[in-house]
Amino acid sequence: MDIQVRVWRQQGPADKGRMVTYDVKDISPDASFLEMLDVLNEKLILDGDDPVAFDHDCREGICGSCGVMIDGVAHGPERATTACQLHMRHFKDGDTIDVEPWRAAPFPVIKDLVVDRSAFDAIIQAGGYITAPTGTAPDAHATPVPKPDADAAFEAATCIGCGACVAACPNGSSMLFTAAKVAHLNLLPQGQPERDTRVVDMLQAQDDAGFGGCTNMGECTTVCPKGIPLTLIGRLNNDYRRAFGKK
Amino acid sequence: MAVDISTPTPRATAEPARKTLAKKPALKPRRGARSSLALKILMAVTGLLLVGFLYAHMIGNLKIFFGAESFDHYAHWLRTIAEPLLPSGWFLWIMRFGLVVAVVGHIVAATILTRRARKARPVKYVHRPKVQGSYAARTMRWGGVIIVLFVVYHLLDLTTGTLNPAPAGSEPSARVIADFKAEQWYVTLFYVLSIVAVGLHLRHGLFSAVRTLGQRTARGERIARGAALLLSVVLVVGYLSVPFAVLTGLVD
Repeated sequence: MDIQVRVWRQQGPADKGRMVTYDVKDISPDASFLEMLDVLNEKLILDGDDPVAFDHDCREGICGSCGVMIDGVAHGPERATTACQLHMRHFKDGDTIDVEPWRAAPFPVIKDLVVDRSAFDAIIQAGGYITAPTGTAPDAHATPVPKPDADAAFEAATCIGCGACVAACPNGSSMLFTAAKVAHLNLLPQGQPERDTRVVDMLQAQDDAGFGGCTNMGECTTVCPKGIPLTLIGRLNNDYRRAFGKK
Repeated sequence: MAVDISTPTPRATAEPARKTLAKKPALKPRRGARSSLALKILMAVTGLLLVGFLYAHMIGNLKIFFGAESFDHYAHWLRTIAEPLLPSGWFLWIMRFGLVVAVVGHIVAATILTRRARKARPVKYVHRPKVQGSYAARTMRWGGVIIVLFVVYHLLDLTTGTLNPAPAGSEPSARVIADFKAEQWYVTLFYVLSIVAVGLHLRHGLFSAVRTLGQRTARGERIARGAALLLSVVLVVGYLSVPFAVLTGLVD
């Protein structure tokens, strides 16, 4: 199939950036979206042009490295799918596809489609850990966890931290990410000692990084490649209230 | 580059875990009452108080269906609530004060949060389809502005009577009926649009408030969304029944 892509090109953080149109010919419908970009880059390199920079790693939808806005939708039109798992068969021959980086003040563009997501690391550093003695791994049954709690914690833990929630949020809020990371630990017995400080500190880090506030629109859940549910934000809110109730 | 001493906040230097944040300039740490979630909780609580008021107000409005006398009697009763515990009119002024505090708190928090949201996305997307959230959710901010403008007009119209076509000193019922006369169709139109704006604002606002206050189950979400829709529809129907009744001559 032959398509056109309009890609955001930006030399570096200081560059203003603009959309540039490229023709990409003879793309297999079975190619992934990133493979299509690879084909484009090979052509650009052969032509002596600068290839399009984009983040990617595992290409099997589990690492959270990739992620671009495809026609204005984070990770593209398929639900619960990362950009690397999105296949060209979901587009039509002759389509023009717009590709842009995540847009948020805490995610500055490094080059083209690559953004700096270390603001997420700052949120994790603020409370995404548990206090546990190191050494040999404890026995699996040493700490009993009720099955529903384990399932809910696991669902939250499937967040790959790609940043699609922030990119999609009209407020540039990272609430779904923070909610997933807080819930993941707050649901488990191992997470209880820091339960209250975790929610306050991680929300604090989120504010400090310059993310916006949540308006419960649900755009984040819609684009989340892991389908992290919006209800986790309610859980976060509840934990926050609980933390202040104790003070 | 590694050490940025331009914004040495005491907190950032004291807590090594947040060093990466301290590196970014122009970001002030926010604590407690100014955190985004605290502001949202303020909006949720003040919003729910105002919805409570809207329901009480609506029930009062419906008294017009029992006749002008009944409606006027209710309006005068508002000044005598809590007598003789409080002097005449005091309860009304206490309530007005509470409402103003709630409205101001709601608007101030909304303004701060809106500015933070704008700042969080300085560069807009070139290609951005409509946000998939409901129309109500997308129009919360401008809807709120419409509601404020309406409330100002509404007070000048029916509380002070300044903009009301009925002669000064008219009974409340006469003012209401003068307002919705057919030749003043633009007043009725503005009223209808404003009430619909209130309905849309509450449709998302009620759910959002409950979520912000900690609603966290999938079943609860369905109930909260359903209840928000029902309460908004009832409110809109209740408020619109008055101009409808005046226009069709049901009340005169």
